[in-house]
Amino acid sequence: MSGFIKSSIARKVAMALSAIFLLLFLLQHFIINFSSVLSADLFNEFSHFMGTNPLVQFILQPILIFGVVFHFVMGFILEAKNKSARNIKYVQYKGNANSSWMSRNMIYSGIVILAFLGLHFYDFWFPEIAHKYVHFLPEDPNRYFGEMVEKFHDPVRVALYCIAFVLLALHLLHGFSSSFQSVGFNNKYTPAVKKIGKAYAILIPLGFIFIALFHYFNSL
Amino acid sequence: MNLTLKIWRQKNANTKGAMETYKVENISPDSSFLEMLDILNDQLVNEGKEPVAFDHDCREGICGMCSLQINGEPHGPGRGITTCQLHMRKFKDGDTIYIEPFRARAFPVIKDLVVDRSAFDRIQHAGGYISVNTSGNTQDANGIPIEKHKADKAFDAATCIGCGACVAACKNASAMLFTSAKVSQFALLPQGETEATERVMNMVKQMDLEGFGNCTNTGACEIECPKGISLENIARMNREYLKASVK
Repeated sequence: MSGFIKSSIARKVAMALSAIFLLLFLLQHFIINFSSVLSADLFNEFSHFMGTNPLVQFILQPILIFGVVFHFVMGFILEAKNKSARNIKYVQYKGNANSSWMSRNMIYSGIVILAFLGLHFYDFWFPEIAHKYVHFLPEDPNRYFGEMVEKFHDPVRVALYCIAFVLLALHLLHGFSSSFQSVGFNNKYTPAVKKIGKAYAILIPLGFIFIALFHYFNSL
Repeated sequence: MNLTLKIWRQKNANTKGAMETYKVENISPDSSFLEMLDILNDQLVNEGKEPVAFDHDCREGICGMCSLQINGEPHGPGRGITTCQLHMRKFKDGDTIYIEPFRARAFPVIKDLVVDRSAFDRIQHAGGYISVNTSGNTQDANGIPIEKHKADKAFDAATCIGCGACVAACKNASAMLFTSAKVSQFALLPQGETEATERVMNMVKQMDLEGFGNCTNTGACEIECPKGISLENIARMNREYLKASVK
């Protein structure tokens, strides 16, 4: 078993499975966020459910945190191993001739996303956890929309959010189809997976950017 | 054609190397890249200098011996060719050409542009075979019917010449395309099933022990492979490995 865990294939499969889990999470996060564009009540209803449901709070949330931490830690471990696999660099290396920029720079787009998550947690997750589990403040099912809109008053924050989502799009442009390849899925459906991946990688981050800009301009 | 060559020179495995500059003149556009290096070496010998060591054998694109990272790409510009099949007409008069050895921790430089690729042999020894009785009572090849598309895919995988361009092209110096081709050529055939579990486990274990990097699916290997070995093989190896791991 220890041989399996240490093997390069087991690591890449684990990386891919955590990526597929995060892709699903991102989709549901987008759907909930997008509801804020449609109606404040709908967003409050979704958020109240997610914020108070014990299954979401005490089972899915820890799994998600584990998934995020695992994906980043494994990403750094693999990057370090991969760097050491070529101890002497090429004087000339024409990466663009045979691979995309996105595929070669997943670590850098990943680091930007990690930095964004720091800001995102500072903005939303830490205050939320403090509200519920540190200060034990009374639950107001209508507080979520107002709290969210307040964060999007700041143009610097909105700009940072937009930049991070552009990097997320670049990360997903390679990551989506790559995760399928890693789990061994390469067959007649692969061209369709690549197309769906491209659509997902562009539309979902673009949607998040739209939501941030929508609330920013509405607050002016 | 008159060319400037920037070539990696390294006395042996224990010394540090460096890029050195050479000039070659009146090179025919119809000569092969290796012939151009032969001309350079003639020139160096006549000048009483040490010729550049580089790997070559069949010069027909089938042995996998020639290597070289040329202008940042394994086997140089052009697709589906080895260095011996690369012709000087791919370059322009007055060009500067960078020539380096394939770089990977698992492919240490022996001298100049020659690298030790015996890591591939060790991966192959770990399981890239089938145990057949060869004592005179071998079965007829057509005794076991095989689906055409499977036979074709197995044949495609078997065309890997083990040149190491996949490792050289990969930003992670990963050997997964090579290993997966060697796993696939047997995994696709009924004759390979008997030893399938041990084969993939042992070959992947050896690949990891050699110090190659991890595949991140950039696809550079597939593009640079002179034999067009597909990424499908890596996905197949991943499936074979997962299947073998739960047995």
